[in-house]
Amino acid sequence: MQKQEPLLSVRELSVAFKMRDCVLTAVDGVSFDLDRSQRLGLVGESGAGKSVTGFAIINLVSRPGYISGGQVFFEGRDLATFSEEEMRNIRGNRISMIFQDPMMTLNPVLTIGQQMIETLKAHRHISKHEAEKLALSKLQKVAIPSPEKRLTQYPHEFSGGMRQRIVIAIALLTSPSLIIADEPTTALDVTIQADIMELLLKLCEEEEMALLLITHDLAVVSQVAERIAVMYAGRIAELGSTEAIVNTPQHPYTQGLLKALPQKVERRKRLNQIPGNMPSLQERPPGCAFYDRCELRGEICHREIPRLEEKNGGLVACHMVKDAAGKEEK
Amino acid sequence: MFAFIIRRITQAIFVMLVISVIGFAIKQSVGDPVREITGISVSVAERDALRDKLGLNDPFPVQWFRFVKGALHGDLGNSFKYKRPAVQVILSKAPATLELVLTTSILVVLLSIPIGIYAAIHSKSWWARLAMGGSIIGVSIPVFLTAILLIYVFAVWLQWLPSFGRGELVEIFPGWKSGFFTWSGLAHLFLPTISLTSIMLPLFIRLIRAEMTETLQTEYVKYARARGLKENRILYVHAFKNTLLPVITVGGVQLGTLIAFTILTETVFQWGGMGSMFIKAVEDADTSLMVAYLVFVGLIFVVVNTVVDVIYGYVNPMIRTGGGK
Ligand SMILES: Nc1ncnc2c1ncn2[C@@H]1O[C@H](COP(=O)(O)OP(=O)(O)O)[C@@H](O)[C@H]1O
Ligand code: SF4
Ligand SMILES: [Mg+2]
Repeated sequence: MQKQEPLLSVRELSVAFKMRDCVLTAVDGVSFDLDRSQRLGLVGESGAGKSVTGFAIINLVSRPGYISGGQVFFEGRDLATFSEEEMRNIRGNRISMIFQDPMMTLNPVLTIGQQMIETLKAHRHISKHEAEKLALSKLQKVAIPSPEKRLTQYPHEFSGGMRQRIVIAIALLTSPSLIIADEPTTALDVTIQADIMELLLKLCEEEEMALLLITHDLAVVSQVAERIAVMYAGRIAELGSTEAIVNTPQHPYTQGLLKALPQKVERRKRLNQIPGNMPSLQERPPGCAFYDRCELRGEICHREIPRLEEKNGGLVACHMVKDAAGKEEK
Repeated sequence: MFAFIIRRITQAIFVMLVISVIGFAIKQSVGDPVREITGISVSVAERDALRDKLGLNDPFPVQWFRFVKGALHGDLGNSFKYKRPAVQVILSKAPATLELVLTTSILVVLLSIPIGIYAAIHSKSWWARLAMGGSIIGVSIPVFLTAILLIYVFAVWLQWLPSFGRGELVEIFPGWKSGFFTWSGLAHLFLPTISLTSIMLPLFIRLIRAEMTETLQTEYVKYARARGLKENRILYVHAFKNTLLPVITVGGVQLGTLIAFTILTETVFQWGGMGSMFIKAVEDADTSLMVAYLVFVGLIFVVVNTVVDVIYGYVNPMIRTGGGK
């Protein structure tokens, strides 16, 4: 009956932070699927809960955060049922992560070679020699010149762009089926952002890896991902094919994001052009989180959280979006 | 790395020159070299003649130069009290102090690393809280009080351990009498070592815990977790290696504090080392001996810190490979 089961299936995932006098929900019932070799973009402004969602998938939310609800299925198995050791064997092996700032992610006192080899050794029985060979081949794949020499060098001997290439090479080492890339180009020099993104895209296609691309940059994600999930204040506002999101956005927030996208000029101010700010965790309104900034809001929006529902071929969480195929929303 | 070592050695030499200036200044202002040689009952005319002969009327830089030259040949003047070259007196007392400092350092390293790491990893645990609370008490009790308390409990009340002197010694090579090789020597080492350790240990536990806690929150540790590394590797390679860097630096500097505290500890335990010798030298106004102590301790401090810096350079690839920030 069911079509091929998705590689990653996130169901009603919630993450909370236990603060001194309250519990703050940073991610609130997020659901999405990601098929093998597919690329999904997770877009939203800073603080929307994208990174926390990414870490929750590999069960690495740092304290005081914890997964407060929902499930994550990977290759059909509920990750919550995994032991800590089984989970460790998923991380960096079946699911690799790429962090935002390559200046901070590599350990300054270990060589590139040491960090690559330890990653391999953490997941398979492999001789040092074989591990080195594999590391070299991956460094070549990410176009690091003279990789033999580079293996013995330390992170500080590389530029930011080179370091992110190395991080990508490390992600490839174990031939994972999923890469979670959290703002992989945001910290880099503008001139090389496109190169790194292209490289990542090319490698995902070549190696048939699925990609969850987390970014605040709708322009970037629309060039890479096949589907896009727009996240706002811990929830998914809209999810659909890139084509649909870009050309026929349904959610007022997505529409605002797109309107704010200048044609390549004045990149900086993009997301701020919707008046107002995203509510912080403490001041989320009871109903729709976008209420304060929304031009279409109605009375129900203040009372009731809109659910993510299928409308016009995409998934939207908005009371005011009507489904053309009948089934009127009241 | 080579350039780095050269630079450090140059700095060390510079520091030694500064110490020599200070030593020389003390000698000039407090000491009376004529008295060292002749005693007190000599006529004024004779003294003046002697002053001239000794070059004490030469300009200061010339005298300082002579002082440094003498120091380089191991000559720092004669001890007025012992009637022997001050350097010889120091060398005969040094082993006692060095053995005390060495055992204390080893004890501090062996205890502070596991306790500090444990407290960082299990910050909420009962044991960690106990260690942290204990270390606050530890730093706030003055060392002589600790020493007297230890003597009272273990020597006077329980009568388990001796409270003064070094016990039976063995001459391991000429001039070095060691207490490491007899039970009596080790027993005598016990209480002084514990009192000295009580000053340094809390500091290092807190330092290691703080640095380790900070390292554990870095992105690279999070990344190491995301790569699925085993917890032991994350803690003891990724986190600890980075924790070590600041600890090494502080360790070198704290050696100075440790040596300073031997003065107190040795006096309380009547430990026949350089520390208690220094106190007596001050009491007797034995200037040459005081200055010799200063220069000798300065030398130890500078040498150890240079070595520590070089070790630091080896642990820190930024320095080893001569890279920038
Ligand atoms: N360690 C933490 N402690 C408390 N709150 C946190 C912590 N990390 C993240 N949060 C909260 O979670 C929300 C989502 O964060 P994040 O996922 O990093 O956003 P982004 O979409 O920019 O990646 C933030 O608004 C922040 O308030
Ligand atoms: S639910 Fe209401 S407030 Fe929220 S986006 Fe839709 S119209 Fe705006
Ligand atoms: Mg983020």
